[in-house]
Amino acid sequence: MAKERKKIDFKKLDELPPMVMSLRSIAANPTGSWRNLKPVLDLGTCIHCTICWKFCPDGAIDLVDDNPVINMDFCKGCGICAEECPKKCIQMVKEGK
Amino acid sequence: MKPTLPLEELMSPGHLACQGCGGGIAMRTTLKALGRDTIFTFPACCWTVIDGPFPYSCLEVPLLHMAFETTAATASGIKAAMNAMGKDKTTICGWAGDGGTFDIGLQALSGAAERNDDIFYFCYDNEAYMNTGIQRSGATPYGAWTTTTPVKHFKKEAKKSIDDIVAAHKVPYQATASVAYPEDLFKKLVKAKDIRGFKFIHIIAPCPPGWKAKPEDTVKLARLAVQTGIFPVYEVDGGKYVQTLKTPNRKPVLEYLKLQGRFKHLKETDVADIQKMVDTRYAELEKRFLEK
Amino acid sequence: MKKVMMGNHAISHGATLARVQVIAAYPITPQTQVVELLSEIVADQRLKAEFIKVESEHSAMAACIGASSAGARAFTATSSQGLALMHELLHWSAGARLPIVMANINRAMAPPWNIWTDQNDSLSQRDTGWMQFYCQSNQEVLDTVIMAYKVAEKVLMPAMIVLDAFSLSHTYEIVDLPDQALVDKYLPPFDYKYKLDVKNPHTYGGLTTPDWYMEFRVKMHEAMDQALVEIKKEADVFEKAFGRRYDTVDPYMMEDAETVLVTSGTAASTARFTVDQLRAQGKKVGNLRMRVLRPFPFADVREQLKNAKKVIVIDRNISFGYHGIWAQEVKSALYGHSKVPVFNFIAGLGGRDIFPETIADIVALADKKKKPDQELYWVEVKR
Repeated sequence: MAKERKKIDFKKLDELPPMVMSLRSIAANPTGSWRNLKPVLDLGTCIHCTICWKFCPDGAIDLVDDNPVINMDFCKGCGICAEECPKKCIQMVKEGK
Repeated sequence: MKPTLPLEELMSPGHLACQGCGGGIAMRTTLKALGRDTIFTFPACCWTVIDGPFPYSCLEVPLLHMAFETTAATASGIKAAMNAMGKDKTTICGWAGDGGTFDIGLQALSGAAERNDDIFYFCYDNEAYMNTGIQRSGATPYGAWTTTTPVKHFKKEAKKSIDDIVAAHKVPYQATASVAYPEDLFKKLVKAKDIRGFKFIHIIAPCPPGWKAKPEDTVKLARLAVQTGIFPVYEVDGGKYVQTLKTPNRKPVLEYLKLQGRFKHLKETDVADIQKMVDTRYAELEKRFLEK
Repeated sequence: MKKVMMGNHAISHGATLARVQVIAAYPITPQTQVVELLSEIVADQRLKAEFIKVESEHSAMAACIGASSAGARAFTATSSQGLALMHELLHWSAGARLPIVMANINRAMAPPWNIWTDQNDSLSQRDTGWMQFYCQSNQEVLDTVIMAYKVAEKVLMPAMIVLDAFSLSHTYEIVDLPDQALVDKYLPPFDYKYKLDVKNPHTYGGLTTPDWYMEFRVKMHEAMDQALVEIKKEADVFEKAFGRRYDTVDPYMMEDAETVLVTSGTAASTARFTVDQLRAQGKKVGNLRMRVLRPFPFADVREQLKNAKKVIVIDRNISFGYHGIWAQEVKSALYGHSKVPVFNFIAGLGGRDIFPETIADIVALADKKKKPDQELYWVEVKR
């Protein structure tokens, strides 16, 4: 069930389990749409401390070859990563346009 | 630099926690320490909603949602079943908010602690009934605004001393932790996993909407809570008190309070009162830390 | 093997034979002997089970829900205030589709404190989704614990075995303890397809919007419909295995009965005694003992009462502002199917004795009227 991002729907009673139980990952729900501010990461200044990765409440930052990669499908724009980054590599800028 | 915690995520993004939720950080860290051979039960609390509605979930471990008062009793039941079925290695955890721990869930918590049932009991403490819209709980600190302790009647009772209450049950292991120090929490959990008996973990988990704080300040607040001595971080291992996050030169409480709208109405005298309460409690704990 | 035992111990032995794996119970008079004997049996390792000495009935049911969700056969027992304290979790265990079996000793609700038999406690839980079996002998109690697990685990709905305080719980009768091997053959181990499993992790009981909630309730109701089918099937299967037959209703002298006494629990035994006496006087009286309240056996009740000229329901309970609860259930089942007058007599609340003379008086009073002129008739109250 890990992280597949398909939504699920049911047409018939028989398709439902007997009791309420989860059948898919909530990764089907792109919480990136919640943002007002978005993080902009400058990899040039990044010292690869992994602090941004460890503090993200949503696990929306991946470590790819030691580099933090912010998953914009899920980032809610809380700004914790920007606040905690010791080198201030991350700026929160207005979302959109 | 190597990450200080395992890379594997047992919790997917897309969950419904508010921006900057301390409870999210707490769970993410906890899962990394406990691993896949873990079963959770939640009472009614923020995490009831955070995990996601039917038919979705964000966790990659089994979870049983349950009624509000029941966390410790349910966890005890799951553990008994696993023992009866020969699956006694699986870690069984109750995971509740402060409401489900300090207040409505206190009886079940006390029962399980007294029986020394072999479970983890986690309390992620955001200091009010947040899921129902920020009403005061026994965990709400002195001075705080909540919807049921409005500014003209802000909370005059001190935060209930849940750690002392649990300690009175002489459980084999208990600890406090802060989401600002995930390595400390991680280390404690890895150790505690091998302890048989009742284990209580009390985590301070700031809540931006409930504390009227900026979402980006969650970790900062969880750090200041420790650095001011408002939320001392320690463990009680077989009755021995050990402070795991030392705080010499404690910062004044005002540094912590001023970042939160729920304390905005406090006068200088109120802040002084709070400072005094914190100093007194901290001194009490210091005595225990110094005992051989 | 035949043994003399009290009703409470019949429950303990039933649970032992059913090989329950987790017991979580809190003492309350007059249930205490159930858990005391089970404690001994578990301590002696005659039953391999975990016994959680919970700190309240609410926690007892919570622990059973946890245990059953993990895939273990879970059991508890309680009475009156304890059952009431569990109320929220009775709804929960049914909604979670957990085949928990519980014995409830029918005891009066307080205030005032009263430890004697009265059915308000279990009857006020009839909407929670629990099957309810009302027993009149210790043998039936033991047998029903075993049957209840069989049915519950098939349809995934919980079940309660109900017996009268003291009149049955503390009354000693001969009980034939079936061989463990026979019980094992009849009742296989609990294999819960939806158990909490780290190899197949799911979340259970999550938030469900109006879009889906109703469908899950339909499934619960359909499971109860299926439970009725299973109960009737098990009547045959159990009889074949153990030589004793239990159906949804228990008719006595009903073939040509014109006046039918509808009763439940030990009052039925007394009613049969009176039926014999009245028959000796030439009266065509019969007794229909109600055994299963939920799922309600509509067809069986309609069938049994179709030739009756007068139905007298004796209720050891009352729904204030309405009348007796069994009477409500029976009248509702007959509506549109029969115009037989149904009299409702309320007797024996709070453990007041129901004597054969009491029942004879009830029949005599009903005899004088073509149809009831009151919603209910109070029996032998001091005014």
